Amino acid sequence: MAYLSDEKISFGIVIVGGGPAGMAAAVAAYDAGERDILILERDNALGGILRQCIHNGFGLHRFGEELTGPEYAYKYERMVEERGIAYMLDTMVIGIDKERNLTAVNRDRGIFTIKCGAIILAMGCRERPRGALNIAGTRPAGIYTAGTAQKYVNMKGYMPGREVVILGSGDIGLIMARRMTLEGASVKAVCELMPYSGGLARNIEQCLNDFDIPLYLSTTVVEIHGKERVEAVTVAEVDERRRPKLETARTIPCDTLLLSCGLIPENELTKDAGIPLDAITNGAVVNGDRETDVEGIFACGNVLHVHDLVDYVSEEAVIAGTSAVRYIRGESGRDADIALKTDGRVRYTVPQRITSLKDTVVYFRVADVYKDAYLVVKRGEEVLYKRKKQKLAPGEMETVKLTEEMLKGDGGELRLSIEMA
Amino acid sequence: MLDYIVIGAGVVGGLVARELTRYTDKVCIVEKEADVAMGATSANSAIVHAGFDAKEGSLKARLNVRGSEMMEELATELGVKYKRNGSLVVGFSDEDKKTLEDLLERGNKNGVKGLKLLDGGEVRALEPNIGEGVSCALYAPTGAIVCPYELCIAAVGSAMDNGARLEHGFEVKKIEKIDTGYRVFAKDGRMLEAAYVINCAGAYSDEVAEMAGKGGFSVHPRRGEYMLLDRECGSLVRSTVFRCPSKMGKGVLVTPTVDGNLLLGPTAEDISDKDDTSTTVEGLARVRALASEQVSGIGFGKVITSFTGLRSVGSTGDFIISCEDGFVSCAGIESPGLSASPAIAKYVVELLVASGARLDEREDFIPTRRAMHFFSELSVEEKNALIKEQPEYAHMICRCEGISEGEILNAIRTEPRPRTLDGVKRRTRASMGRCQGGFCTPYIVELLAAELGVDYTEVTKSGGGSYINVGRTKEA
Repeated sequence: MAYLSDEKISFGIVIVGGGPAGMAAAVAAYDAGERDILILERDNALGGILRQCIHNGFGLHRFGEELTGPEYAYKYERMVEERGIAYMLDTMVIGIDKERNLTAVNRDRGIFTIKCGAIILAMGCRERPRGALNIAGTRPAGIYTAGTAQKYVNMKGYMPGREVVILGSGDIGLIMARRMTLEGASVKAVCELMPYSGGLARNIEQCLNDFDIPLYLSTTVVEIHGKERVEAVTVAEVDERRRPKLETARTIPCDTLLLSCGLIPENELTKDAGIPLDAITNGAVVNGDRETDVEGIFACGNVLHVHDLVDYVSEEAVIAGTSAVRYIRGESGRDADIALKTDGRVRYTVPQRITSLKDTVVYFRVADVYKDAYLVVKRGEEVLYKRKKQKLAPGEMETVKLTEEMLKGDGGELRLSIEMA
Repeated sequence: MLDYIVIGAGVVGGLVARELTRYTDKVCIVEKEADVAMGATSANSAIVHAGFDAKEGSLKARLNVRGSEMMEELATELGVKYKRNGSLVVGFSDEDKKTLEDLLERGNKNGVKGLKLLDGGEVRALEPNIGEGVSCALYAPTGAIVCPYELCIAAVGSAMDNGARLEHGFEVKKIEKIDTGYRVFAKDGRMLEAAYVINCAGAYSDEVAEMAGKGGFSVHPRRGEYMLLDRECGSLVRSTVFRCPSKMGKGVLVTPTVDGNLLLGPTAEDISDKDDTSTTVEGLARVRALASEQVSGIGFGKVITSFTGLRSVGSTGDFIISCEDGFVSCAGIESPGLSASPAIAKYVVELLVASGARLDEREDFIPTRRAMHFFSELSVEEKNALIKEQPEYAHMICRCEGISEGEILNAIRTEPRPRTLDGVKRRTRASMGRCQGGFCTPYIVELLAAELGVDYTEVTKSGGGSYINVGRTKEA
């Protein structure tokens, strides 16, 4: 029997990743009328990282109810199944090119290539590891990213440690502070380098305050101790330039250090394909359709920029899914090319470019905590939009809607900025 | 009764053992750790030095040049990655230029081939990213790179393919002279007898020699801190860039690795603790500052890990290699120890022959070994043929380095078999990429537990008490 010959080798839309972004993009593409869709997922089930997020808080915006991660994923899985959308599990995409040839590998087909009408990148993100943080000290067992610990506890049923210090106050770290506590571990401290938390306010309340777990802001881990297993960490406060104040150093005995120090969109495939990335988001540069600078290749979800809520991931995936359908039908309809710029207080926007005059929701994050500030959209000196915001924080993604009215104008670049009152 | 006991399974012990299996299969390697390649071999500059650095006539000089000449063929035989990328010693002043001229002269005396002095323009033509202040360099085309733990694992594996035995967790505590040779006792009560003992115990080689009554030298650890950068940065330089030694010290090296990463380091700090492999804030800052002077545009945001290696510095300033009453010591094997290691193995055999040992070449010695990374070198057709037979080769475990379950299982089933996560990592590169095992570690633990027939919680990072998990969750 020929190993690969009688297999289908071209698809209308191929989606890389079967997590919340990939599934939502597939469903949206189907609902926009496309039938020739394939999802490629590297794990042994659809759902992505949601499968290990057994806490609730998902789906309030999308489904109007509070769901756990697996429940949220299951809703989309049902939609995929009901529509009969094809997917391959345990399938790793190992390369794509600008002509939209995609190479993947799995047990049944070996290494194979698919010709794609359009590709939607939905690979998600990964966590920043210890090595990238340059923490001095020994290199024992017991140092994990919060997500790896979450996998051990929630997927495998094992405890990665009993006495825990967490560095970084990203949402997964906060969730794991509570999760480890519920499993009988003692979480001694959550240390955050910045003077504010990187996680959602509700998670600080529900995961730390409700369990009396102390959060130390402007504090970092300066040294790891222990030969075979972590025995202690030394923490110290940092000054305004984030340098440790060694006179404040103190040692906390523990057997585990969990890291929740940022998420990095996983764009190896994107880079290899020669698709330009945004230096701030670490995701592709996209237009309002979530189309990258390479025609017919789209991106959505955490591979594009890290979202706070999965609900927003799904929302963005709908844009990518429906745009991909329009693309393969030759209906992309580009009637504009407007650059979207930011000031230093707005770290980034997605999309970075507007190529259509349709109403466009722009996602953005700010660089610091701003209170009673104005969110302003300008073209040159002309103020198109101005609204007061009580509080803006780096941990919360914000949106602003650019209307057709605002976009029309003279076609010059738009600037999104924060102005202090 | 064994013919040879080799104490220490670092790169020197591994290559000595393999060399001895050319003559006999009655060889046993004893290692105190849970895996081979755990000491200086696991953390060094991964450089095959050309050989201009050591004083002419010294053992370091002789064995370096000879080892460097042997390395390519040895690496090919053992399926170990090797690349002759050339090395540059860069200078910043006229004074440095004089030092480089001295080095050139010394190198010529040592028999190093192809050495050449370059001016600033010539250096930049060769290496466009060289540091702004660099005004001259000594170029050595025979400088090369190799992965030290890969070489060690392959050497031990080859020795075992040829009949040698490996005893893990065998910490030597006593050595007794007997009529027929030596009795070597481990801390846990195990005992082995052999006609000859080869002491390749690295940082502890002075203490082991003392146990046999063959002491008289000492070894102390010199800490060297390193930073390893993402493969994205590996092409910043093509050659290994050293700094000209001066009153300001030796500088660090900036080099690509055979796996395509960029490696920076080491610092040099004499310490007393033979096991202190911790990194320090000051050390890493120093690596960063020095490396930035030598090469421009290093992306420090792309550091994926930092680590410390300990060189075993001998009290004589040279390698200390001696043979007395059938007890051979290879001690003080600091830099250029890796480069010299193939020659050290030959030299040990020569010393044994000179002392009267009978060494007849076996006809059934197998010099070659399949590369651990063989899968990555296959064509797509060959990969698919193998996947058809063993579908595990299509199941990707480590996404950053692209390592499949098949490759991991192959490593776990190949001598010397790894029993720890770090052991799997050193053999396959799984979890060595930019996410540093964030995604794949739980799967590797699972594979390791199944293959070793132990519980998930028994799997360790590097042996001893380095457990990955400490128990079950409440409901599990």
